[in-house]
Amino acid sequence: MSTPTGTTGTTGTTATTGPAALDPADYRRREESVTMSAEPAGMGETRELLTLNFGPHHPATHGVLRLIATLEGEVVRDIKPIIGYVHTGIEKTAEEKSYWKVIPVIERMDYLSYYFNAMAFCGAVETLLELEVPPRAQYLRVIHLELNRIMSHLVWLGTSALDLGAMSMFWYCFRERETILDLFEMSSGQRMHTRYIQVGGVFEDIPVGFAHKVQKFVDEMPRRADQYADLLAKNEILLQRLSGTCPVDKETLLGLGVTGPLLRAAGVPWDLRKAAPYSSYDHFDFKVPIGTEGDNYDRFRVRHAEFYESSKIVEQALGGLPEGPYITPDRKVALPPRHELATSMEALIHHFKLVTEGFRVPAGEAYYPIESPRGELGCFVRSDGSSKPARVHMRDPSFINLQSTAPMVKNAYIADLIASLAMIDPILGGVDR
Amino acid sequence: MPDATGLELIANELREAEPGSVIATSIDRGRAEIRIDPGKNREVLTHLQQRGFGFLASLHGVDYYPEEPRLGVIYELLDMTEVDRVSIKARLSTEDPRISSVTGLWPGADFPERECFDMFGVIFEGHPDLRRILMPEDYEGFPQRRDFPVGGEPVLFTYNEQQNYGHNQ
Repeated sequence: MSTPTGTTGTTGTTATTGPAALDPADYRRREESVTMSAEPAGMGETRELLTLNFGPHHPATHGVLRLIATLEGEVVRDIKPIIGYVHTGIEKTAEEKSYWKVIPVIERMDYLSYYFNAMAFCGAVETLLELEVPPRAQYLRVIHLELNRIMSHLVWLGTSALDLGAMSMFWYCFRERETILDLFEMSSGQRMHTRYIQVGGVFEDIPVGFAHKVQKFVDEMPRRADQYADLLAKNEILLQRLSGTCPVDKETLLGLGVTGPLLRAAGVPWDLRKAAPYSSYDHFDFKVPIGTEGDNYDRFRVRHAEFYESSKIVEQALGGLPEGPYITPDRKVALPPRHELATSMEALIHHFKLVTEGFRVPAGEAYYPIESPRGELGCFVRSDGSSKPARVHMRDPSFINLQSTAPMVKNAYIADLIASLAMIDPILGGVDR
Repeated sequence: MPDATGLELIANELREAEPGSVIATSIDRGRAEIRIDPGKNREVLTHLQQRGFGFLASLHGVDYYPEEPRLGVIYELLDMTEVDRVSIKARLSTEDPRISSVTGLWPGADFPERECFDMFGVIFEGHPDLRRILMPEDYEGFPQRRDFPVGGEPVLFTYNEQQNYGHNQ
């Protein structure tokens, strides 16, 4: 196992640049050179370093994330995330499908924020089409996006608390999550990957009774969030695990491209919903919670505070829901209403063209950023004028935020590594795409 | 997004600072784009970073097959104080797809550059650790290129694991 060649680094993965990295034989050489033996670190006195493999199947990694940690005793000296285990080539698949068929595959990237994935893609396509989205559709999108944000944060809170030893939190969070998933099922027929957001609007108007149920939920959610805070925010164990651990300053985070709650916890009030409002977010009154220290406790509090703000947005959007169409009346993009097919030849032709070929999008490029639960989710779409996108790229916040693992946990205890990983909240479906 | 005048101002600044760096500018459906000489990407991006576009929102590759030069590397820059975005595009040929790494300017360019190398084969010179990131390390080919077939790869089971790249090496 141990081959002391003397040329390899402590972690065994030597850096290569240029064409050498292309050579499979070279990969084998580097793979064989990985040694698990302790080597002197060269820090004055001889200390033993231990290279620990973490994952890809480990409950604390929240997915199939693999980490190679270099430990000195219980202290993490270096960490390398290794990703790609759930890479499914969604961006490549999207190039093979017509625009409206891309939505279901793109939703499966970040599997906890499917409305956001669909929104970013549809927003980019609508920019290319120069399509106006009706106000009612924008409000319906906001309602679902914010419910999705609460749902995503609930999963984060439940699983993170589980990592920190608070088992019952998991059940409480998943109870509320279940309510949201039932609401999604009511409006779209699906609990997850709903395909609700369409190019030009939304798939269907909300059913009778939906508004009432959502209202009931947003009335209850702040009370539930209070209960979570009662259980966790002043809990001695949680405070010791989170407070003051793994802080990162905002300059480092900005350099790494980190956005979302991680950046806000460090005190930067950057939220695209406020900075560059899309989909009528400027109509709503809400606050952007920020932290002061940038430690794990701030990350926890910022996300927790978003429960209240998102509930407020949903309530306002529901109260001010405008009348009108829920999808663009442009028949070249949106399917005609079902009843028209029996009477109108034109509707039938449009329906046929849309279902078979799909709509064509004028050639061009668009980058559409939105604020997902994890940060800036930007969808880049390049159209070559045909009915299929020539390139779809998702700037997924989990992928970028994962780079902050190393600066966060360097010289921290391995227990803090678990807490930090939970607070980064990476979704590996979004990381690997 | 800067308007046409704003974009021209930025482009002129770049032309003055780095002669020959700007190839073209365009504004299309609200997207302000500057096409630059790939040999001068570091200088241009350093200038823009100091000018206020201090946040690299996204870095991604595009394959413009069958146009030449085929590959494109796009930097989506963001000015957080003015809330302004500008896209910088460098086009590269597939024969020698080399461009300087910007990890020195933004450490966060690390993963996106590795992804671009992984998917398109663009070599970022000066990148500290340019390896494949999403595909297996011993994978051959660059799957996001437009001429790379979908489904052209055998699914590996026990009986055909001999076909795995690098199996006997």
